[in-house]
Amino acid sequence: MKVELIHIHKHFGAVHANNDINLTVESGKIQGILGENGAGKSTLMKILSGYIQADSGEIRLDGTPVKISSPSDAIRMGIGMLHQDPLDFPPMRVVDNLLIGQDGGLFPNRREVVRAFNELQSQFGFSIDPYAYVDTLTVGERQQLEILRLLWLGARVLILDEPTTGISASQKEKLFETLRKLAAQGMSVIFVSHKLEDVEFLCDRIAVFRKGELVGEVDPPYVTDELVKLMFGRVISLEEKRRYETCDVSFHLDHVTIEDYRLQIRDINLTVSCGEVIGLAGMEGSGQVQFLRTCAGLIRPVAGEINLGGRRLTGKPYRAFLEAGIAYVPASRMEEGLIPGLSLTEHFILAEEQNGFFINFDKALATTRQRIEDFNIKGTPVSTVESLSGGNQQRALLAMLRQPVNLLLLEHPTRGLDIESAIWIWGKLKERCKQGTSIIFTSADLEEILQYSDRILVFYGGKVSPPLDAESTTVEQLGQLIGGKGF
Amino acid sequence: MTMMKTSSRWSGIGFQALAVLLALAFTTVVMLISGADPLQVYQNIITGALGSPTKVDDILVAWTPLLLATAGLLLTFTAGLWNIGIEGQITLGAIFTTWALRVLQPTDLPPTLIVAVGFLAGALGGMFWAGLVGLLKIFGNVNEIFGGLGLNFVATALTIWLIFGPWKRPGVGSMSGTEPFPLELWLPTLPGFRLSPLALAMGIIAIAIVYILLRGTYFGLRLKAVGRNGRAAFLMGIPTTRYMLMAFLLCGLMAGLAGATQVLAVYHRLIPSISSGYGFLGMMVAMLVNYQALWAAPVALFFAALNIGSIQLPIVLKLDSSLSGVLQGSLVLFVLLMDGVRRRLTRS
Ligand SMILES: Nc1ncnc2c1ncn2[C@@H]1O[C@H](COP(=O)(O)OP(=O)(O)OP(=O)(O)O)[C@@H](O)[C@H]1O
Ligand SMILES: [Mg+2]
Repeated sequence: MKVELIHIHKHFGAVHANNDINLTVESGKIQGILGENGAGKSTLMKILSGYIQADSGEIRLDGTPVKISSPSDAIRMGIGMLHQDPLDFPPMRVVDNLLIGQDGGLFPNRREVVRAFNELQSQFGFSIDPYAYVDTLTVGERQQLEILRLLWLGARVLILDEPTTGISASQKEKLFETLRKLAAQGMSVIFVSHKLEDVEFLCDRIAVFRKGELVGEVDPPYVTDELVKLMFGRVISLEEKRRYETCDVSFHLDHVTIEDYRLQIRDINLTVSCGEVIGLAGMEGSGQVQFLRTCAGLIRPVAGEINLGGRRLTGKPYRAFLEAGIAYVPASRMEEGLIPGLSLTEHFILAEEQNGFFINFDKALATTRQRIEDFNIKGTPVSTVESLSGGNQQRALLAMLRQPVNLLLLEHPTRGLDIESAIWIWGKLKERCKQGTSIIFTSADLEEILQYSDRILVFYGGKVSPPLDAESTTVEQLGQLIGGKGF
Repeated sequence: MTMMKTSSRWSGIGFQALAVLLALAFTTVVMLISGADPLQVYQNIITGALGSPTKVDDILVAWTPLLLATAGLLLTFTAGLWNIGIEGQITLGAIFTTWALRVLQPTDLPPTLIVAVGFLAGALGGMFWAGLVGLLKIFGNVNEIFGGLGLNFVATALTIWLIFGPWKRPGVGSMSGTEPFPLELWLPTLPGFRLSPLALAMGIIAIAIVYILLRGTYFGLRLKAVGRNGRAAFLMGIPTTRYMLMAFLLCGLMAGLAGATQVLAVYHRLIPSISSGYGFLGMMVAMLVNYQALWAAPVALFFAALNIGSIQLPIVLKLDSSLSGVLQGSLVLFVLLMDGVRRRLTRS
C-alpha cells in the first residue's frame, strides 16, 4: 500500500518534533528512516499508526486521504507498528495473544487459530510454540510474534521502530529476510533505526531526519559518510581505542554456578580489575543477563563465592551489593529503570544519597540542570521520563548513576542511541574507568563489544568461554564462538 | 512550557466542573425516578447541612474522622496500595481505645492521662490491623484488597462479639453498644456543642503532615516511586517492602486515631458500626482529589456536609438518606470518567 505523509507538523510544548514532514513510501518498498536521538522519527511513526495525532498535515493511503485517530483505526486501515520499547506483555499464551484484538465471537476456535498461526509462521521460517507463555520468549521471538500478529490482523504497511536493538545476529538475519519477503508481496515496510549498516543493507530508500525535519532522502548506492553528514550535520569517526592501566584486583567470581528455570551456567571464574571493561557476547538468552544479575546481587548463585575488593558478598541481598558500589542498569528502561509520571528532577533526587529529611528542591534543580547539560538530554527538569525520546531515556538512566561506583553492570548501554551519542556515552564510561570503575556490559553489537572491551566472555547455551583478549580477537572468531563453535 | 502547563491546568478544571455538573444531573435523574422533587431535595440538603450552628457543628464532627482516614489513604494510594482494610483499621482503633479505657477506668490515674493512653491504644490498634494487611501482602502474597476485606469482616465480628459478650452492658447486651464512659473520660468539647477542638486539630494536623510528607520529603518521593514502578524503585535501592509496610502502618495509625476519636469524642462507648463508613468515604475523597493532599481537606468537608445534610431527608421528605451517597459516588465516577476523557482528547 502506498503511504503519503504530507506537511506533517507536531509540537510537544516548545519542541517542534515534526516540522513539515513530506514522505512518500511506495508499496513493495522498504523505506529506511535514519536520524539522531530525538530527531522525531518515533513521533512521525506514532502519528502514522494512530498513537498520536498530528497538529496539522495529511495522510493518504493509496491516494485516499484518511484520518487515523487510534491504533485500532490504523490497523483496520492496514497499518501496523512494532514499537521501540516493546509494550508490556501480559503472562499469557501465544495463541491467546493472537485471539485478542480479533473479533471471533465469544468462543474462538483455538485449534483453528493454532493451525493458521503455524501455517503463517512457516512461511517465514519462524518456530514459535503457540502454547508458550509470551513472557518466556526472547526479545527476538516476541518481535517475530508481533510481526505475525500484525500480519494476522491484516497489516499491509509495517512500521518497525528500532527493531534490531536487542536481538541476536541470526534473528536479525531472519528479520531482514522476512521484511524482504513481505516487501516482495507488495507490503510497504518502514524501518526506523540508528544503525547505518542495517539501514544501508536493507532499505530501498533512506529518509534522514534531523531536529524534527526531514533533511534529505537518499537512494542506493549509499555512501556512509554522506549519510552520517546528513544525520549530524558533520562527519564523525570512531574514537581511537585507548587502554587504561589496571590497578589492584577488584571484583571476583569464584566457582560460581547460576541456575534458573531455563538454563544452568556452571563454574564461572573471573577476576575483574579496576578500570577494566568486560564485554559479554552471545545470542540473546544464552545466560548473559543471568550472569549480570548475579553480579548485581539480584540472582543468588547456587554455588561459589562473590567478592569485591576482599569484601564477601555471597548470599548478601541486593542492597549490600549496591552499598558496596555495584550499580546495575537494566535494558528495559520503562519497566525496570525509570518511573513513569516522575520528572527528571525527581529521578535525580531518588538516585542521590538522601540528605536530611526534606528535599532541597533548589539544589536538586541545579543538579538536574547540570546533568541535563552534561548528558545532553533533550528535555527539561520537569519533563516526565515518558515524554523523552528513547535515546534520551537511556541518557537519563546513565546520568542517574551515582558518582563513585566500583563496578558498573550495563545491559545494552547504547541500545537505542545514535552513533554520536553512543560514542559520547562510551566516552563518559571510559572516564569512569580511568577513575577505577570496572564495567561489565552486554551488547548485541559485536563491533561495540570489540571496540570497548578489554576482555570478552562469550556465552553459548549456558556455557561461558574463558576470557578472550579483545585486542587479538576478530569479529569472525567472535561470531563463530557465539554460534557455538569452539565450545 | 509554562504556557502549556497553565492551559492544561485550566482545561483540567473545566473538565472537573463538567464532571460535577454531570454528577448533579445524574443524581437529579435518580431523584426524579424515585419521585422526589429535586429542588426540594437539594434545598433540604443545604438547610440540613447549614441551617443552624448545631448542623455546622455536626459537619465538623463528621469531618474529623474523614480527614484522618483520607490522610492515611493518601499515603497508601501513593504507594500504589488499595487499603480497603481501612474500615477494619478504624474499628480496631475504636476497640483498642475502648479496651484501654475499660482497663484504666477503675484505677485512679488522672482522666487526661487515661484519655491520652486511649488515643495511643487506638493508634496501635489501627497499626496492628494495617500491619497485618501489609504482612499478608508482603510475605503471604495476599493482595491487600482481599486481605483488607477479610480483616474488615473480622473487625466487625469482633466488635459485635465484644458488645454482646465480654463487654456487654450490665444485664443484657444491646445494639446500642457498651456502657458509656463517665463524663470525665469524654474529650472536652466547645460549650454547648459536640465538636472537640482537639480532635479536629488532630485531623487537620494529619492532613497537613501528609501534605508535607508527599510534597517535600524523600520519604514521600520514594513512596511515589514505589507506587508507580516498584521494580525500578527496588533497583534504585529503595527498600520497597519496607516502604509499603510503612505506608500501611501510617495509614493504620491515622485510621486508629479516627476510631479513637469516634469513641472518645463522639459516642463515648463502642457501638456496632463505629467506623460509620468513614473509611470508604475517605477512599472516595482520595480518588476524587486525584490523590493530591491539598484538595483533600475541602473535599472531605464537602462530603461531610453532604452526609449531615441528608440526614433529615427521611424525616422531611420520606426519602432514604443514602441519596447523599448517590451524589458522592456519582461525583467520583464522573470525575474519573472526565479525567479519562480529557486524557483521551489531549493525549500527545
Ligand atoms: N509525549 C511527549 N511529550 C513531550 N515531548 C515529547 C513526547 N514525545 C516525544 N517528545 C519529544 O519530541 C522529540 C522527538 O522525539 P522522538 O521520540 O520522535 O525521537 P526519535 O527520533 O524517535 O529519537 P530516539 O532515536 O531517541 O528514539 C524529542 O525531543 C522528545 O523529547
Ligand atoms: Mg524513537
